[in-house]
Amino acid sequence: MSETGSHENVSDEKLPSAQENGHGAVATANDPFADPGLPPHEPRIQDIDEQAAKRSERVVAMLFTVSMLATLGFIASFVTVPVDKYVHIWPIGNIGALNFALGMTLGVALFCIGAGAVHWARTLMSDHEMVDERHPVAAEQETRAKVMEDFQEGAKESALGRRPLIRKTMFGALALLPLSGVVLLRDLGPLPEDKLEHTLWAKGKLLVNENTHEPLRPEDISVGSLTFAMPEGLEEDDEEFQKEIAKAALMLVRLEPEDIKDKRELDWSHEGIVAYSKICTHVGCPVSLYEQQTHHVLCPCHQSTFDLSDGARVIFGPAGHALPQLKISVNNDGFLEAQGDFEEPVGPAYWERRA
Amino acid sequence: MKKLSARRRHPLAALVVLLFALAATGGLYAAFAPAGEAKADQASSQSLAIEEGKRLYATGCSSCHGTGGQGSSDGPSLVGVGSAAVDFQVGTGRMPAQQPGAQVPKKKKIYSQDEINQLSAYVASLGSGPVTPSKSQYDPSGADVANGGQLFRTNCAQCHNFTGEGGALTHGKYAPGLTDVDPKHVYEAMQTGPQNMPSFPDKVLPEQDKRDIAAYLKTVNSSDTEKPGGYKLGGLGPVIEGLFAWIFGLGALIVVAIWVAARTAKAKKS
Repeated sequence: MSETGSHENVSDEKLPSAQENGHGAVATANDPFADPGLPPHEPRIQDIDEQAAKRSERVVAMLFTVSMLATLGFIASFVTVPVDKYVHIWPIGNIGALNFALGMTLGVALFCIGAGAVHWARTLMSDHEMVDERHPVAAEQETRAKVMEDFQEGAKESALGRRPLIRKTMFGALALLPLSGVVLLRDLGPLPEDKLEHTLWAKGKLLVNENTHEPLRPEDISVGSLTFAMPEGLEEDDEEFQKEIAKAALMLVRLEPEDIKDKRELDWSHEGIVAYSKICTHVGCPVSLYEQQTHHVLCPCHQSTFDLSDGARVIFGPAGHALPQLKISVNNDGFLEAQGDFEEPVGPAYWERRA
Repeated sequence: MKKLSARRRHPLAALVVLLFALAATGGLYAAFAPAGEAKADQASSQSLAIEEGKRLYATGCSSCHGTGGQGSSDGPSLVGVGSAAVDFQVGTGRMPAQQPGAQVPKKKKIYSQDEINQLSAYVASLGSGPVTPSKSQYDPSGADVANGGQLFRTNCAQCHNFTGEGGALTHGKYAPGLTDVDPKHVYEAMQTGPQNMPSFPDKVLPEQDKRDIAAYLKTVNSSDTEKPGGYKLGGLGPVIEGLFAWIFGLGALIVVAIWVAARTAKAKKS
């Protein structure tokens, strides 16, 4: 050990006089792959200085005591701090006093147990290096022979080889059994059929404002505004509300008719009011980050951008096709109404999608 | 009475009646004149405000918005934007703009509220538009916070995030964070649709709904918001919070583990 390093931290007389060198050969220039063995064991200051060991013991005991106190603090704050009390703590702001107290005390209690255990293990528990040889993976020759023998005997006694009828029917039974599980998969739900292709919108359905639940009139919608609409008859407490609004959600904006570049969009609009599906054609997020000066609509999930003044075509991002437009007009009472359902399925593409 | 009636054909009767009529007219005039005078006063103070606003406009705004608010290549027309738009843009310091760019940012306002009122009066005189709301219209106290939250999530959250922390748009544009924004400015922004924000007119989002939204923002996103859960990590949503926990939380644990193992406890350091 005297070859490596100097005794900087501990005076010589405190070190045990006879330290055993590690066993095993030392790598030499002739054989660079020889097992270098373990380096010589080095003592810790706690091993040689009883005072230091006492100090470590006190530190560990103090950490455990702090943990106990923190746990008592946890119980005390649970009992005493009212749940609706708020305190201002920099830099967090106004936070719930109870949650803060519970979190802090529990955190301190857990941390001190961990820190105490680590300090204990590092300074006081035995730190002698131990060598544990690896065992071969294969079992002993004798054991393997015994297993084979048992197997042969079992096969002979069961007469599986001698009675093929039993053997074949058993294999048949075992092979058929998993089918019952496969059949149950059918109960995962009714097939979607053509539900993905249709929404609640139909000819003559009024466009109802999602905020006021009143039918919309064209004069309610001004240039530069953004309005969300749902089909007449759909109520928020309907059992199927989420399912239906997920397909039927509609956004309405008004453009100056001369700003509309797409001929079909203009034909399907009413006095510049255009109605588009709010469901992104990429993976179905609600697109409605509408920039009223550029007429671009942005999807918050993957930044697909659609140009509402040009048939909602995709101008950026991963979406595969334009947002479906709903053909609208005004009925005799002056309310906006749909002229039918969307002509193509709303939302993302899927295998059987025709359009 | 009989005496009076007997003298009704007296030659001076017409004169007496005339005197009575004059007295009545004078008295009535005296009774009503002050009201008329006050009205005239108010009208003239309004036109004074417009005059004063026109002067402020000519020095501060006309270089971009044109001498008569007709707009130019550097700024949009202000005809018909209404006093609410001026109160919002100048009141939040966005106008006058410092430099052209994707979006004009909020900054320290440079006009006093009186000057802003004068500018608003002038711009409102160019063409009718949304009017600056009164306190009773936007005051969030007593409004329905839960309803405001629902309306916010339907109409506003797509850009401004669920609790109004703001978010990015295209080409350098962004939806600003709404922490501590004056409820009046929240109201005016919904009414007028500043810059690329769409407007939400009263027909689409009634006055009471706007108050509810202002109340929701005040409850969830202001400097005295009560946060039961403690530090909200910017309130940017579960993805950010998860990333923070994985990178910084787990990272800190790994660093501590390495530190515990790397620091030797041996007496002799090597």
